[in-house]
Amino acid sequence: MSDIEKKLRDGGLAKSDVVNLQRRLFLRNGLTLGTATLLAGCDGITNTSSVDRFLRAMSRFNDNVQAHLFNPQKLAPTFSESLVAPEFRFNAQYGEDRVPMLNPATWRLKVSGMVSRTTPWTLDELKALPQRADVTRHVCVEGWSMIGKWGGVPLRTFLERSGADLSARYVAFHCDDPISYKTSIDMATALHPQTILCLTYADKPITPKFGAPMRVKIPTKLGFKQPKFVTEIRVTNEFPSGYWEDYGYNWFAGL
Amino acid sequence: MDTRKPLLHPGVIRFTHWMWALGIILLLMSGLRIYNAEPLFDFYFPIWLTLGGSVESANALHNDFGTAGALLWHFAAMWLLLIALPVFLVYGVAKGHFRAKYWPVTPREVIGDITDFFKGRLAHDIGVRNAVQKVLYAFAVLDMIVMVASGLVLWKPVQFHTLGLLMGQYEGARYVHFFGMAGMAGFIVVHLALVLLVPKVLLPMITGRAPQPSLKSDAGVP
Repeated sequence: MSDIEKKLRDGGLAKSDVVNLQRRLFLRNGLTLGTATLLAGCDGITNTSSVDRFLRAMSRFNDNVQAHLFNPQKLAPTFSESLVAPEFRFNAQYGEDRVPMLNPATWRLKVSGMVSRTTPWTLDELKALPQRADVTRHVCVEGWSMIGKWGGVPLRTFLERSGADLSARYVAFHCDDPISYKTSIDMATALHPQTILCLTYADKPITPKFGAPMRVKIPTKLGFKQPKFVTEIRVTNEFPSGYWEDYGYNWFAGL
Repeated sequence: MDTRKPLLHPGVIRFTHWMWALGIILLLMSGLRIYNAEPLFDFYFPIWLTLGGSVESANALHNDFGTAGALLWHFAAMWLLLIALPVFLVYGVAKGHFRAKYWPVTPREVIGDITDFFKGRLAHDIGVRNAVQKVLYAFAVLDMIVMVASGLVLWKPVQFHTLGLLMGQYEGARYVHFFGMAGMAGFIVVHLALVLLVPKVLLPMITGRAPQPSLKSDAGVP
């Protein structure tokens, strides 16, 4: 929606955007009628707290099922470089105009919680660590998917060099963006070989739109588990939840 | 319970039938809202058809149309199918239910029964399945298997990568899941229409017993 608003303001609105906007308005106007009639009986029940509690409990149950289904050795399928999207789809809770411009020279990555290192990492230090790149499919919880090539430092290497307790349960990420985005993952996924602190897309440094200077890339998780503009990594045994997770999106969100 | 009335639908069949009825309605409605988050085709489904909590509050809170609530419903309701389908399939094979109720069925029978149906003279004897019923129910069961398989690929495209080979991986599974849903919606319409035309079939699916004791029993065939 914010994307369309921005294009409206900048005058760069295509016909498809107008159609899209009309649809959105149709949906929004549809609510009034919908909630007045069927939804009152059918949809309203989701808001009663016992149903909501039950659904959230099922989501926690599904977290456990997914942890068992997750094979730490199984790699996400990789693709030929020719399939890499040259321009990736921008997706955030805020518009492109509010994308933060973090200064790579002063940017620091804090490590906290169950780690021995207390000095924040600089970008050059991350670049000096071993790197890997994979061409994988990025899957959004909304349904779209795209193939891209992401490169950077394996999170396992980073955690080891930070003296992290690898038997801890969670790794949480905090972001320096307009909504103070945060999310967290299980340690098994954090140690998966393809989970990286991502510094490059298609062999070039990632741009602000996609979380520069560093975002996390996890080919075995949905897109919203792959935070951009990360400035702190916390290793903990206390469930850290996350921004979308607090709205009811499933926490494990594994692929 | 009047034991003189023959058993038409064993407990396992009734249990799985109603698990499906509930599960499929919840999955269908929440699925339509999940579809709306990123439509595969050039249309949206009207919100009143969908399930997943208040759209207004979701829109006010996080600028979407209630996708989180729909996903919560979808991944809770999937267990109804994931439990009922294997129970039904194991029971059907082990007890000879499929062989007795669905086999054989020939194209000639199906065409003959459809013709009879439109001429208004298709016999509907409780407990005896005509060819149209056989084809419809076989379709519904096969469609559910397709929906579970494509659903697993959409949910876990990495862990179920091998299964994904059958349907063009994640992006292919989106189409399979959509058309499987459309097929199921079509089945529900036909199924409910036929129940309305022959309402006497409804009670046995609840009680398990035939409405009249005089009817020929097929209790020996589960």
